[in-house]
Amino acid sequence: MSAAPVSLRPQSGAARVKDIGFRIAMGLCLLLSASVLIALIVDVLLDAMPVLGSRLFTNFPSFNPEIAGLQPAIFGTLWIIGVCAVFIVPIGVATAIYLEEYADNSKWWNRLIEVNIQNLAAVPSIVYGILGLAFLVRGPLNLGRVVLAGGMTLGLLVLPVVIISGREAIRAVPPSIREGSMALGATKWQTIWKQVLPASIPGVATGVILALSRAIGETAPLIVVGAATFITYNPSGIVGDGAGFAALPIQIFNWISQPQDDFRQLAAAGIVLLLGLLICMNGVAIYLRNRYENKW
Amino acid sequence: MSEVTKPESSFSDAEPATGSPGPETAGISVTAGLSESQAQAPSTKAVFGLEGLGVTYGGKQAVQDVTADLYEHEITAFIGPSGCGKSTILRCLNRMNDLVPSARVEGSIRYHGQDLYDSKVDAVEVRKRIGMVFQKPNPFPKSIYDNIAFGPKVLGLKGDMDEIVERALRRAALWEEVKDRLKTNAFGMSGGQQQRLCIARCLAVDPDVILMDEPCSALDPISTGKIEDLMIELKQDFSIVIVTHNMQQAARVSDRTAFFIVDLSAGEGNRIGRLVEFDATAKIFTNPADSRTEDYVTGKVG
Repeated sequence: MSAAPVSLRPQSGAARVKDIGFRIAMGLCLLLSASVLIALIVDVLLDAMPVLGSRLFTNFPSFNPEIAGLQPAIFGTLWIIGVCAVFIVPIGVATAIYLEEYADNSKWWNRLIEVNIQNLAAVPSIVYGILGLAFLVRGPLNLGRVVLAGGMTLGLLVLPVVIISGREAIRAVPPSIREGSMALGATKWQTIWKQVLPASIPGVATGVILALSRAIGETAPLIVVGAATFITYNPSGIVGDGAGFAALPIQIFNWISQPQDDFRQLAAAGIVLLLGLLICMNGVAIYLRNRYENKW
Repeated sequence: MSEVTKPESSFSDAEPATGSPGPETAGISVTAGLSESQAQAPSTKAVFGLEGLGVTYGGKQAVQDVTADLYEHEITAFIGPSGCGKSTILRCLNRMNDLVPSARVEGSIRYHGQDLYDSKVDAVEVRKRIGMVFQKPNPFPKSIYDNIAFGPKVLGLKGDMDEIVERALRRAALWEEVKDRLKTNAFGMSGGQQQRLCIARCLAVDPDVILMDEPCSALDPISTGKIEDLMIELKQDFSIVIVTHNMQQAARVSDRTAFFIVDLSAGEGNRIGRLVEFDATAKIFTNPADSRTEDYVTGKVG
């Protein structure tokens, strides 16, 4: 073919300038947000440096900043998160399965449930705190200011997150897997239990961990349901006497509002601890996601 | 593994029957005489009796008025252009269409004389007996071993699982290739191996019928050849119904062929699949009764 020669013009100067300019602008945005975060972390670390040590883990809070520690807050947080996990995993996963596998979307009540769950995820956490106070701590269940009430309140708060991420994980299992299983004569329940759920576990687990790492940093609802700011024992159960609890964010909040500078250092140390815990949990979530990523 | 050379065997069996009446003999009598002689040859027992079968999706007719008998120990092929409803009909045969909430089935299917869509019949029970292999290989995200063992386990089959797995893999001509890596993930296999794994998975529950929905459309010619060999071997023990876009494949492996078309007479928005002709494969490909079949198989349309 001897058609007219094709001329491939070089990129115009203006286009190139625009391209480079845009790249610089984006880089600056990234730098800005990253530097704020880094400044925050460095500042907290510097503040915490003098008091970081094993006594944070071994000592109880005290009016004397020299010997004050975080042990009850650490245990309290672990207890609450444990209760929260036990509460949200079965309910969240079951709801996700119902909505993905059974709910008929042409029925208005199923759509209503769906919209409600999405809205619940956006409700301010203090509202859940008030709910917990009214229904769990006092009111119908009247549990008192105990670990169970704190854990369930945080559970209600993050349940929508678990449900939504669980649904995504279940939806990501291709229909061909369900068809293959059903075509072998497996029942719907066998298909869900033995094929769909195992295949979606990495996604579900990731969602649960991210939900828990949101719960771990929540302060407002715990203040409302009555986490202790000064406590001299570790929780020994989830209900009854001895199930009172402190929590890391509450302790931090309390120390920051103290007038002495020494307590601010302690608060910074608490923040470092909380951040460390969060990074670990998110690390596990990322690991799970990458390790078990299915290539359909 | 016996070496079955399939194209000759299936074709030459049927060839004399079609050849004798002569190509120009009048349509109906030829068809009648032929299908009778053909039906007597391998088997006379129908597995499926389709009567006025149709399917609607959300009130829209997808395929209408299909009447045919599918025979035991034969390979029946469904051919036709896209959207003609051949896969839809196939999915009626093991009630996979039940899984589509908007699908409605009309007419009747008799399976060994029993109404498949009777309200007392459990669809799960149907699928235990009538297995299915899909267009795209769909191994479970598990080991090769667990892929095979899943079916027998959920059906509560008794016996040594290792034996069941080995037997199924041998029958699917896959054992030699995978016996050293049974515990590895099935996704590590080639596409053709995955599809044979899906066939093995289906054989492990010892079905009566195997439905195949374009099983080779995602595979290369060598893998396709292996699966075709396998099908011809398997028809001694099973009845097979296959949907295929590949007419050579239908000609090579099947004993009987059903040709479907898309009926546009109700308008472009109302595409309805219809069965045009159902007969011995050799007849469909060499001397079809309907001119539309001839146009399709000779490549004039579609």
